[in-house]
Amino acid sequence: MSFEADGAGFFGSADGQRWGGRFMPEALVAALDELDVAWREAMADPRFVADFDAILREYAGLPSSLYYAERLSEKAGVRILLKREDLNHTGAHKIRNVLGQALLTKRMGKTRVIAETGAGQHGVASATAAAYFGLDCTVYMGAVDTRRQALNVARMNLLGAKVIPVDSGSATLKDAINEALRDWVASVDHTAYLFGTAAGPHPFPSMVRDFCRGIGDEARQQSLDQFGRLPDAVAACVGGGSNAIGLFTAFLDDADVDVYGFEAGGDGVDTDRHAATIHAGESGVLHGARTYVLQDEDGQTVESHSISAGLDYPGVGPQHAHLAQSGRAKYLPVTDAEAMDALALLSRTEGIIPAIESAHAVAGALRIADEVKAAKGPDATILVNLSGRGDKDMETAIDWFHLGETDDQEVRA
Amino acid sequence: MSVARAFETARAEGRAALIGYLPAGFPDIDGSISAMRTMVESGCDVIEVGLPYTDPVMDGPTIQTAAQQALEGGVRTRDVFRVVEAVAGTGAPTVVMTYWNPVERYGVERFAADLASAGGAGLITPDITPDFGQEWVAAADAHDLDKIFLVAPSSTDERIAMTTAECRGFVYATAVMGVTGARKATSDLAGPLVARARRTTDLPVAVGLGVSNGDQAAEIATIADGVIVGSAFVRTLLDHASDPAAGLAALSELPRDLAGGVRRG
Ligand SMILES: Cc1ncc(COP(=O)(O)O)c(C=O)c1O
Repeated sequence: MSFEADGAGFFGSADGQRWGGRFMPEALVAALDELDVAWREAMADPRFVADFDAILREYAGLPSSLYYAERLSEKAGVRILLKREDLNHTGAHKIRNVLGQALLTKRMGKTRVIAETGAGQHGVASATAAAYFGLDCTVYMGAVDTRRQALNVARMNLLGAKVIPVDSGSATLKDAINEALRDWVASVDHTAYLFGTAAGPHPFPSMVRDFCRGIGDEARQQSLDQFGRLPDAVAACVGGGSNAIGLFTAFLDDADVDVYGFEAGGDGVDTDRHAATIHAGESGVLHGARTYVLQDEDGQTVESHSISAGLDYPGVGPQHAHLAQSGRAKYLPVTDAEAMDALALLSRTEGIIPAIESAHAVAGALRIADEVKAAKGPDATILVNLSGRGDKDMETAIDWFHLGETDDQEVRA
Repeated sequence: MSVARAFETARAEGRAALIGYLPAGFPDIDGSISAMRTMVESGCDVIEVGLPYTDPVMDGPTIQTAAQQALEGGVRTRDVFRVVEAVAGTGAPTVVMTYWNPVERYGVERFAADLASAGGAGLITPDITPDFGQEWVAAADAHDLDKIFLVAPSSTDERIAMTTAECRGFVYATAVMGVTGARKATSDLAGPLVARARRTTDLPVAVGLGVSNGDQAAEIATIADGVIVGSAFVRTLLDHASDPAAGLAALSELPRDLAGGVRRG
């Protein structure tokens, strides 16, 4: 099976369902073509690749470590390895993508970047990259998210970025993307759109994947070096899908490695408050790509819900749609409550407070532990991408666990 | 009925055609029908019926507000066909302007069939290009519907040629790099774009985005075969939200001003 998109940006076989593409206003096509060419040329240029590598190493603190979480493993009943993207500069895997795209922006001679953000992690990463490269930066963020991620808004401001709250529609990530696209249509001659996830029109799904694929490339080598073997399964949370595809890519050709993506199940997939796009969505076109979309009978986008702003998106990257349909990867929903339980458990057992997004992956790994052990034997290993750290989520955690409210400080774990 | 006839009539009268846009279901379904009929009576040659969509990336705040209001009012895709039928009944060629996903969801072939049987002339598709819209091209051809794709100032000559070759009815040239919404000055990007489009096609070329008054319409009419106005109509209704009768009265004034413009140009 080929996991690459064709020249038009479609994943999948020519005779089956094709995912992705570029369903976009004509006004943006020239810019997307220009980006596609510039990105391919850059990736074929050893100097660009070496520069990207050096920035990741010297500035962003990569490669991130692969850590055997022994106490968590005891609870889980399988060996759990954590890819510590939470230790990266700015606190999440997102820094890889933005440094790649910002380096490309410099190479293309553009002077301004725009970005959308949900949790604020991509916005912070974009503001950081803009500061690093001396670019002008504007970040669009749903008004609901500016409230639940106030700390990240402050960080972006401090880094010199302009943050514009978006009130239209559901005032969350999808609407921030809409507003960023509207900005881009008017500013495309001097502005690059640093898209925050492996979704959107071609070439973004492929380009963002390539900038994030270090997660899996590093983890695969680390697993061989440190443990002398590959993991039996890899797991990541899936919002738009950048951290997940960044992890999965290195393992797709390893037929013995099972691949799991965990979507935000919100209040539960039997309610209408969730963001389990692959599980509950249907094929459609959103933000330039054919993919699974949470939509009503008329093709109107349905508002998603998740306790984690970064997973609160009614679409998903098209390569994930293809991996799901082809059966190479399995996608399962994890509820808010399961994720928060896992967040508490990881905090208590390992001294690591994960981002709520990443807590979905931890919860998912705990859920599949028995299944993986049954299939692969007693020393089964699950490699989990810990995509980010939880500092930004403390407000939500305080509310959820009533932290500091009473003298009974016990958190379920 | 194709929009071609409306352009021929306008050309015979030595003027540009006036194309007016409103979303179906805004302020409500019957209200949108009355408003569009008023626009026809006051001088619009072609009506563009918007299909409200949750994620209108090519629209500015004015049309976003109207579309959101229509959706909150419960407008459905099938209601859009009802509006088309009522407006086409006036004799004015009526096209639907829609983002792609509602069409795909409704079923592309079924959408074309229902649009044709409602008397609609065709479709304007702002977020797909012919290279990704072949399913629509086939359905439109089967039902003899106009296919109106957009060209932009950023389009290469090759893409303009590819796009206009796939259009039927007219070619939609966006006057500015940007989204819908009234603008104070007309853009100097429109003229060169229309000229580039004309080099590739004999179809009428209409210019939209940012035209809101008679003077701007007059300027565009000197360079194009049609003038497309949307946000200014929507704005007029939004400004009279509490008094629908006054809204319709104000709405009837706007085409008169614009129609004066297309005749001066
Ligand atoms: C820590 C973290 N993980 C995951 C995500 C989800 O994005 P993606 O699915 O693109 O990895 C986000 C998004 O903000 C995030 O901040």
